[in-house]
Amino acid sequence: MDLTLKVWRQENSKAKGNFESYQIKNISPDSSFLEMIDALSEQLINEGKEPVAFDHDCREGICGMCSLFINGRAHGPDEEITTCQLHMRKFKDGDTIVIEPWRAAGFPVIKDLMVERDAFDKILQAGGFISVNTGSAQEANAIPIPQHKAEESMDGASCIGCGACVATCKNSSAMLFVASKVSQLALLPQGKPEAVRRAKAMVAKMDELGFGHCTNTGACEVECPKGVSLDHIARLNREFLAANLKF
Amino acid sequence: MAQFLSSSIGKKFLMSLSGLFLLVFMLVHLTVNSMILFDSSGELFNRAAHFMASNPIIRIVEPVLAIGFILHILYAVILTIHSLYTRPVGYKKQKLGHSSTWSSRNMFILGLAILTFLVIHIANFFWKIKFTGHDLLADVTIHGVHMENSYALVTTFFIDWWWIVGVYVIGSIALGLHLYHSIWSAFQTLGWSNGIWRRRLNLVGLLASLVIAGGFALIPLWVKISTLL
Repeated sequence: MDLTLKVWRQENSKAKGNFESYQIKNISPDSSFLEMIDALSEQLINEGKEPVAFDHDCREGICGMCSLFINGRAHGPDEEITTCQLHMRKFKDGDTIVIEPWRAAGFPVIKDLMVERDAFDKILQAGGFISVNTGSAQEANAIPIPQHKAEESMDGASCIGCGACVATCKNSSAMLFVASKVSQLALLPQGKPEAVRRAKAMVAKMDELGFGHCTNTGACEVECPKGVSLDHIARLNREFLAANLKF
Repeated sequence: MAQFLSSSIGKKFLMSLSGLFLLVFMLVHLTVNSMILFDSSGELFNRAAHFMASNPIIRIVEPVLAIGFILHILYAVILTIHSLYTRPVGYKKQKLGHSSTWSSRNMFILGLAILTFLVIHIANFFWKIKFTGHDLLADVTIHGVHMENSYALVTTFFIDWWWIVGVYVIGSIALGLHLYHSIWSAFQTLGWSNGIWRRRLNLVGLLASLVIAGGFALIPLWVKISTLL
């Protein structure tokens, strides 16, 4: 495949970036999107230019490190996958592909396509600890948990914190991320004792770090590589209201 | 509670509560208006309008309604202004249509359209009935009770000007699109949604927006068209 790439290039967080156009040839339709960018970087190095900086780690769709806004969509034109799992067969020979970093006040660009997602870590830190006993593993049936609660909790926990929800949301809201993290603990008995403090602290941190409000457009849920449901946001709203009604 | 109301979720909570309150008002308003459709002598509508104007409960609710409108508009402005700062650098290419509906992304624009319509609408009828008066409102007597002839004011207005009918139809469409997103969204913000209720509330939202927008659009069209027949 021969492609035209329009890639966001930005020297550092302070520099003013711009789009650069690159021609790339002989890309296999079976290669992943990140392998295609690797090929581009190889080409740029051979030309004596700076390669493109982008985030990636496991390349198995589970670590949440890769990002990229590809042709107007977070993680590109496929459903419920991360950019590393996107394959070039989703594009046509001769296509022009626009590649941008996540855009949000909470995710400043570090360089080129890399953004700083420390804000998510800070929100998690604000959530704090949960009371579990350390030491040897507890007997499995000591704390009974209904199957559907365990399933819903796992659905929340499937969030990999990639930030596609924020990148897609028209208000750059982090509600889906915060909701999934609050949900996974709110549904389990182990998370209950800290539920009030956790909901308050995480929402306060989310607001403080410059993320927007949720207008329930549902775009986050569609673009989430793990398909985390908006129902978790309803649960976060309940948890937050309940936390504020307790004194 | 101050901490709750100053948070993003708290502000949305107020938007939802005030919005649902305004929805109840819409239903009452539409019910009264629909009397125009069922009685071309105007007696039914005049009696309904007189009941609303003289009922002490409605007198108490009226200022609450005004507060509802003000809260809803005020918080919409605060939240929308804040969201302008959440993405300092925009995207070159963004396919939003794939992941969300047009009305869900343009609630503020639709709200502005509805507000513009509301100002026109209040100037047309409410202001005249309540404050300045109008020749067409001359008293009528129905079953021995004197009341203003609201029916004459409303129908004459639509019969005389086609473009006013157009303005009302456009206003109704904007309202319908606004409600289409907002009904489930309001419950979602209040936390009253899950996998099952989301589908149900979306259906309720679709039906309610069709009934309310369709009803409000039908009345001026009906008044105008029935004179042409």
